Amino acid sequence: MRVGATIEVGAPPAAVWEQITDASRYLHFMHGVTRWEVADDRSPGLGARYRMLMRVGSAEIGGLIEVVEWEEECDLAWTSVTGIDQRGRWRLRALDGGRTHVELRLAYGVAGSGLLGWLAEQVGAPTVRGHLRRSLQQLKRQVEHEQLRRQAAKRRSQREVSAARPAPGNGTSDGS
Amino acid sequence: MSATATSRNGHSTNPVGDGRLHRDEEPNGSGWPGRLLRALADQITQRVPPADLDERDPDYIREALPGLWLLSSLWFRGEVRGLGNIPEEGPVLLVGNHSGGNLSPDTTVFTLAFSAYFGVERRFYQLAHNLVLSWPGLGFLRKFGTVAASPANAERALRSGAAVLVYPGGDHEVHRPSWQSARVDFAGRKGFLRLALEHDVPIVPVVSIGGQETALFLSRGESLSRLLGLDRLLRLKVLPISLAVPWGLNVGDFLGHLPLPAKITIEALPPIRLRDEFGPEPDVDEAYDHVIRLMQETLDALAAERRLPLIG
Repeated sequence: MRVGATIEVGAPPAAVWEQITDASRYLHFMHGVTRWEVADDRSPGLGARYRMLMRVGSAEIGGLIEVVEWEEECDLAWTSVTGIDQRGRWRLRALDGGRTHVELRLAYGVAGSGLLGWLAEQVGAPTVRGHLRRSLQQLKRQVEHEQLRRQAAKRRSQREVSAARPAPGNGTSDGS
Repeated sequence: MSATATSRNGHSTNPVGDGRLHRDEEPNGSGWPGRLLRALADQITQRVPPADLDERDPDYIREALPGLWLLSSLWFRGEVRGLGNIPEEGPVLLVGNHSGGNLSPDTTVFTLAFSAYFGVERRFYQLAHNLVLSWPGLGFLRKFGTVAASPANAERALRSGAAVLVYPGGDHEVHRPSWQSARVDFAGRKGFLRLALEHDVPIVPVVSIGGQETALFLSRGESLSRLLGLDRLLRLKVLPISLAVPWGLNVGDFLGHLPLPAKITIEALPPIRLRDEFGPEPDVDEAYDHVIRLMQETLDALAAERRLPLIG
């Protein structure tokens, strides 16, 4: 079963990439995810392993995953090592005006589980899709919030620099 | 072979948690009912499979998980909390209160949650009554890691570094009347504590509610069981009487029943390390009271959350 969700974020791909490559932030924006932790000593990148769990129905489902594709600010894909079979992918595409199109995909199942497996995938799909959709909304909020803070900090430092100048009457033009 | 002899899997028929030894007595009633029961008991004892821990099959469990998930999520609306309290690795004794008659939904919901959370690779065994393991059609349970409840099997499992689930209350607790749903009742069985002390493993209490609402359990039928001599022959101290689907009045529950879709809530508590809490030589009675009190408090809280029977 493959489910996915997309969203447009008002920040450049680099800002989104920063969020999705930091394992410690997953619990803040991934909805339904109860665990996302680094499972080895590698630094983030190809081959890095994480242990993740997502609450679906009466169980927390997931397992050990490994990053199999890592293209800076563009694509990040993983596949399962243990636990249920899964493939996941972040797809970031730059849009005009410093915006980013973000897609999160998740394909999951249990090979060899037959008809009941198929049925369980179908029954679980709306929950998983909901988790992905809400995760993207939270990601968007977080990235845009950080973007705003960053811009504000930049303006502040500009103000401080201009205020420090000896020339008088140099008020800042933006009122924020 | 008598029911009190050592069976071929090397364990005595004295269950874990039951400190009492059975004397080699003839069952009540000579004549044909007695002989028939003895023959039946022999059959069952012989059918108890040898406890080969290697029978547990992770691939089988993995493939069965979607079915368990459907049953657990849709029928029982299972909710399992506190799995993070279970130590990530190493042997651990999971001690549960048992509910729901011979078809206990707690075990289904918990096995799914445990296997999904820790992965099927983590060794996990459940100790069960001899009757469960020898019943026709239930052989698949051995692939899930269910072994006959005996000190020897528990020891072997813990020594292999596995997580072991025991229900000290056993048949006594699982058939308690439905109106005692929110009561932890181990009938004073303390074998699990001796086991934990002997192997120096932490105990994680696993408290569940809802199982007793899957049928209307009326009585354990202890006197009926004694009258028929089932206690000595089959280690069955009870002959439960319940109102259950589809039988109506259900005596013995030997054929199982269709459990009503009661909401099952399970909570795993933080681990108890007996020697840390009670000194190098813990008093078993004190530790027993402590474990029971903790579990009863949690069960009270879970019961307080429930507004309606079945619905939860």
